[in-house]
Amino acid sequence: MKKTLKNSHLMISLVAVLASFLVAILVMLLTGLNPSRFFVALIRTFSGYDILRGNFNPRYIGEFVQVSLPLILSGLSVGFAFRTGLFNIGAEGQLIMGSLGAVCVGILFPMPIYLHLPLAILTAALLGALWGAVPGFLKAKFGVHEVVITIMMNYIALYLSAYVIKLLPGSDNQKSADIVASALLRSDFLRSITANSRLHWGFIIVIAAILIYRFIIDKTVFGYELRAVGFNPFAAEYAGIRVNSRIISSMIIAGAFAGLAGAMLSLGTFDYGRVLSHFENYGFDGISVALLGGNTGLGILLSGLLFGILKSSQTMMQSLGIPLEIVNIVSGLIILFVAMQYGIQALLKRFTKGKEEEDGSV
Amino acid sequence: MEPIVELRGITKRFPGIIANDNIDLTLKKGEVLALLGENGAGKSTLMSVLFGFYRPEAGEIFVRGQKVDISNPNVAYDLGIGMVHQHFQLVQNFTITENIILGNEPHKGMIVDMASARKRVSELSEMYNLNVDPDAKIENISVGMQQRVEILKVLYRDAEIIILDEPTAVLTPQEIEELMGILRNFVKEGKSVILITHKLKEIMQIADRVSVLRQGKMVGTLEVAKTNEEELAELMVGRKVSFTTEKEPAKPGEVVLEVEDLWVKDQRELDAVRGLSLSICEGEILGLAGVDGNGQRELVEALTGLRHINKGVIRLFGKDYTKITAKERTDLGIGHIPEDRQKRGLILDFTLFENMLLERYDEEPYSQKGILQFPAIRSKAQELVDSFDVRSGEGIDTLVRTMSGGNQQKAIVGREVDLEPRLMVASQPTRGLDVGAIEYIHSRLIELRDQGTAILLVSFELDEIFNLSDRIAVIHNGRIVGMRYPEETDEMELGLLMSGSKEIADEKNTEE
Repeated sequence: MKKTLKNSHLMISLVAVLASFLVAILVMLLTGLNPSRFFVALIRTFSGYDILRGNFNPRYIGEFVQVSLPLILSGLSVGFAFRTGLFNIGAEGQLIMGSLGAVCVGILFPMPIYLHLPLAILTAALLGALWGAVPGFLKAKFGVHEVVITIMMNYIALYLSAYVIKLLPGSDNQKSADIVASALLRSDFLRSITANSRLHWGFIIVIAAILIYRFIIDKTVFGYELRAVGFNPFAAEYAGIRVNSRIISSMIIAGAFAGLAGAMLSLGTFDYGRVLSHFENYGFDGISVALLGGNTGLGILLSGLLFGILKSSQTMMQSLGIPLEIVNIVSGLIILFVAMQYGIQALLKRFTKGKEEEDGSV
Repeated sequence: MEPIVELRGITKRFPGIIANDNIDLTLKKGEVLALLGENGAGKSTLMSVLFGFYRPEAGEIFVRGQKVDISNPNVAYDLGIGMVHQHFQLVQNFTITENIILGNEPHKGMIVDMASARKRVSELSEMYNLNVDPDAKIENISVGMQQRVEILKVLYRDAEIIILDEPTAVLTPQEIEELMGILRNFVKEGKSVILITHKLKEIMQIADRVSVLRQGKMVGTLEVAKTNEEELAELMVGRKVSFTTEKEPAKPGEVVLEVEDLWVKDQRELDAVRGLSLSICEGEILGLAGVDGNGQRELVEALTGLRHINKGVIRLFGKDYTKITAKERTDLGIGHIPEDRQKRGLILDFTLFENMLLERYDEEPYSQKGILQFPAIRSKAQELVDSFDVRSGEGIDTLVRTMSGGNQQKAIVGREVDLEPRLMVASQPTRGLDVGAIEYIHSRLIELRDQGTAILLVSFELDEIFNLSDRIAVIHNGRIVGMRYPEETDEMELGLLMSGSKEIADEKNTEE
């Protein structure tokens, strides 16, 4: 049963992605665009191969993986909370706080790299965790809905982070001074093999995070309790699980994942802290990533890479005459189709029905 | 009498299970046909096919001789088929009339025509002797009355064929009598009734014919006048069944549980348990009889640590445990078979093996240093499933949601009995189950008693209370209003105590 369920989610995700591509093709045809260019850009983004010119550039691969890293982590953040029945809209704010923490440590406390880098990453995770703990606590203690609180916390994070970064020594109105090299995830080796892309060591952290995610959820007593609370808090209470404390711990861990995503951006992608005037949606995209990935570690990895491809293909789309709105339409449609999972399931059933009857058993 | 509904060769499959296997069923005009079967035998599935909730993989349905395709419940209503569900679907703060017309509102232009709706409801109520007040709000009426509203909904939609799913499960003995009268009126008016039930007594009392399902197959249709309870039970279960549980007289030991002047509030912050006191000894079953909603749920939740206690003391083996958590109570030896197995007792989206260790997953050998030990969990779950005869489509990997109610309950009972509790709080342990499963669970409870466990049995079924209890406490309005030995009382007296009328009479006497 478990296997067929998992498979059916995979099927739904695949159908959703395919269907949204089909609709996007339709939209492009109706608006007089050439859909083949859309796919040229996509293929080039994830394989580095340019079909039109016949040349290969590994830089594109490095770039799309690099863009995927924070998406996967914020997907893990949202997915983890989902498993406990919580809707973490606050990954965006947790990510901003994590990024801020990494920038502060990276600029203010120069140290040898083996201390500095881990400390910067840890601070990012801790600040993200703190930002997750607040709504978790308010939910557990006063029953305030986490969606409301996390939305508020996103704005606090956005403006607090802009304020603090401007206070740092050497900052201007757009960005902070450069982060000291000993706190950076930058890798000359990874850059050299990907034709100078911004790919960095953060991918190791992401792989570790996915493994930790799977381990906690599937293998530990703690994960069992979280899932029990997520599926049925009344039965969890009956079993003697402290539901409120589990809600708080779930939000703390979810926040830590999002905080790490922030570290990916400031220590890996940009090398400096940015004064944001609006949300960049890495955290909100995490909701899509978790949804498409079915809240499993592997699913989030795959869907994070897919959204990374879409996100990093936008500039090339534009240069090929495909407006970047098309990419947003595709991302939106994917989520729409995943949300229509019951309809898709019914369709799938109808398609597979004939086959099952031939087998003689169900 | 000509057939009004005919099912031919109905087959419906679910993953791992054939719920209905090539079933034929005929309902004649103006009869009461009982559909009898164990839980999971496929009764509800078959009726859901007739009512348009499920589409069968094979088979044909004929209504009044015409072949029909019932693709959804609206088609069923158009054909004059109505269903009264086991779980009521009512809006609590609407009036009876508003609930009845919901989804089918009579209107003058844009305005709902309440006056004519109200009139129609009153007429129907009078015609079938239902005695409902069309203006009363659902939240203020009894469960028995709520069921009549469900029945009225069906009548309001002009149903000629009425399906009732386990209608007596929630009723007091008096209310059951009245329901039987209502069904007789239906037949008098030429309506046809299908009664889904596993209560043999009711079948003998009201039905003309009975069709018996076992494990998805139709095993026979009998004239009720030419059969008896024993034969029906045997047909249903597939073996001989004993109706009264064999048990030795109790040998009560020392006091296990003492409750003193307990006060507990309900969901709405009103006092539900109001100064209740009782005690239970080792090796004794105390039956708590009462009508639903008189504080039983709150009492059970207070005893098991799921609800805050406002006042009073609970002692276990003489030690105060009023303030400790649910977990500590389990560790102290309190087992709990919860009233609502799907809400409290199980996590429906977990597999069977994950549910079997719901209270012990964090103990060795099921986990070590915070890591779940799946081999140990699985083998323990397998052992429990085997010894408590829990049947499911895919063994211990079955998603509990897909299992039948009876097997879900057996899983809970197995899990709780295996805790070897010193106090077992069993709240409606056989609610909605069939004779076979009831017999099994009853004998397990007696076994537990004979090993010295104190058992609090909360039940709305007086048969069950009489069958199992060594002493009977009657609860009314949050207090114990009577304590009787089963051999010194009868259903009538308990019924009066349960309804509070005896207590009120006693109070009046003392006032005078």
